[in-house]
Amino acid sequence: MSKSDRPEKGIASPSRRNLLKAGLAAGGLAATAGFARAAEPDPYNLPPNVADWSRYLGVGVDNAPYGMPSEHESEVVRRSVEWLTASRESSINFTPLHDLDGIITPNGLCFERHHGGVAEMNPTDYRLMINGLVDKPLIFTLEDLKRFPRENRIYFLECAANSGMEWRGAQLNGCQFTHGMVHCVMYTGVPLKYILEEAGLKTNAKWIMPEGGDAAGMNRSVPIEKALDDCMVAFKMNGEALRPEQGYPARLVVPGWEGNMWVKWLRRIEVGDQPWHAREETSKYTDLLANGKARRFTWVMDTKSVITNPSPQAPITHGKGQTVLTGLAWSGNGRITRVDVTLDGGKNWHQARIDGPSLPKALHRFYFEFDWDGSDLLLQSRAYDETGYVQPTKDELRAVRGENSIYHNNGIQTWHVMADGGVENVEIS
Amino acid sequence: MSRFLKVLTVAAGVSLVAGAAGAGKLGLGTEATPEEIAGWNIDVRPDGQGLPEGRGTVAEGEVVFAEQCAVCHGDFAEGAGRWPVLAGGWDTLKSQHPVKTIGSYWPYLSTVYDYIYRSMPFGNAQSLTPDQTYAIVAYLLYMNDVVTDDEFELSNENFTSIRMPNEDGFIEDDRPDTPLVSEVEPCMTDCKDEVKITKRARILDVTPDEDGDTAGISVD
Repeated sequence: MSKSDRPEKGIASPSRRNLLKAGLAAGGLAATAGFARAAEPDPYNLPPNVADWSRYLGVGVDNAPYGMPSEHESEVVRRSVEWLTASRESSINFTPLHDLDGIITPNGLCFERHHGGVAEMNPTDYRLMINGLVDKPLIFTLEDLKRFPRENRIYFLECAANSGMEWRGAQLNGCQFTHGMVHCVMYTGVPLKYILEEAGLKTNAKWIMPEGGDAAGMNRSVPIEKALDDCMVAFKMNGEALRPEQGYPARLVVPGWEGNMWVKWLRRIEVGDQPWHAREETSKYTDLLANGKARRFTWVMDTKSVITNPSPQAPITHGKGQTVLTGLAWSGNGRITRVDVTLDGGKNWHQARIDGPSLPKALHRFYFEFDWDGSDLLLQSRAYDETGYVQPTKDELRAVRGENSIYHNNGIQTWHVMADGGVENVEIS
Repeated sequence: MSRFLKVLTVAAGVSLVAGAAGAGKLGLGTEATPEEIAGWNIDVRPDGQGLPEGRGTVAEGEVVFAEQCAVCHGDFAEGAGRWPVLAGGWDTLKSQHPVKTIGSYWPYLSTVYDYIYRSMPFGNAQSLTPDQTYAIVAYLLYMNDVVTDDEFELSNENFTSIRMPNEDGFIEDDRPDTPLVSEVEPCMTDCKDEVKITKRARILDVTPDEDGDTAGISVD
């Protein structure tokens, strides 16, 4: 018996069900990208009816050798803002932070930032060269790298330009766009110091220059102390091979430091006694101050946090009553020790609850549960790290740096929750 | 097991521990030959390290630039459409809308050579010869008024004599720079009398939707 000619039970006829589904689909299309839509349940699937999934067999085990999320999660995707950049190959997209929870970012949702598109690299032809101030210049295959002792570390990777569009004011409506140039995964790889020691560092080795194998040939200068401390050459993320857009087959991991330095498709590391002052540390990734001078080598990503829900793409849809507020906090200087949240624009603060692992230079997940009375709210979060650093307001940052820094905006974010549950990106006095 | 093998096994164990601690060589990788290094070793430093032998004049650079670069960067490096502006922007760094070009912002000429040679033209990187690159850099110096003689020739020999206008425009990272860095407990209750909304993203309305793009403040 096919589904169409079986006897109907319950209140919903097939035509009524199709109508409901069509209405949902149309609503989905009309909805603005990235914004939650109100879900209308199909009465046929609700008690006392017995839904189709309770009667008929589902697909077998080999339906999806590499599984994908439920089709009902199709809105949980990376998104871009096309006017931000002149080309799609040197551009950025954003992690859908408002739809995620915990501290690990799924590999397929990790934001992308390329300067010459995604290099499609054959792992058999992958080579990593070490040259410069070393006793013996070396070339490693990917197989060679996998014979070094490995370590597993969970780190956030934040683009230096994350929140950069917000320096002059509230611009983009959603934490995906204002804060989504960040992800956090578990990397498996080789401590960089093992690789450098294999070549043998000369005594005057003070800097390294990682370089990408993509068409941008991304190169940066990294001081040797950092290289020998916690940098890694990673070939796995969240247990599987790096995604091509994240540097397959191998990338540099530079914990706590700006994402630009995490060179993808890593093909070469030169060792030297001075920095190179490459384009990405002179023209870009230098922070212009109000007096016309610019900071360079601003490597560390300072303490930062954002409430991911409620947020403009995740309005409150349940009305008054018990409400879960959640968000992310992170610091390039170590662990997050505390997060405060305010519901009234900073008049009163409450200590949030950090749940899950608290790892240095990794995302931390916080929660604050409250009883919403339906009135307007001005939500903020304020993070602290283990060095005693307290996340500043945007105005405090502007007072020191002006509005043209582009990079390193870790100012406190404000969301305005309105009576209808809608949320907007605002700044407050 | 013979005594010899036992000794070997113990030695291997010691070697393994040393390797895991990063204290000894593991014998991985193969030595890079000078030819292999030469093919990939393209970086150039401010002191001139890495510059290949070569030369190019402003006039030669104008021709190469017109053929290879002008479609995006404009005939005079002024930028076409949304593509990067390479010349001009002097005295804008303190303004509300700084124009950061090679002439107005970049501290070192070596970066111009290094970047053009490694990643330009966009979409056809590492296709320029050293002479073409010297010529383009000479043309960009001329377009930025760093050199004023249109007969100027740039080479590996005179390269480091060129100084860029904004060489002294950079300071080292001096963070932390905000007043909240302290051991003082931030205010928790009754911290403000009044709160007003001063800026709204909805007013600017540049967040992308299904209909596509709209104008806004760009990051790059």
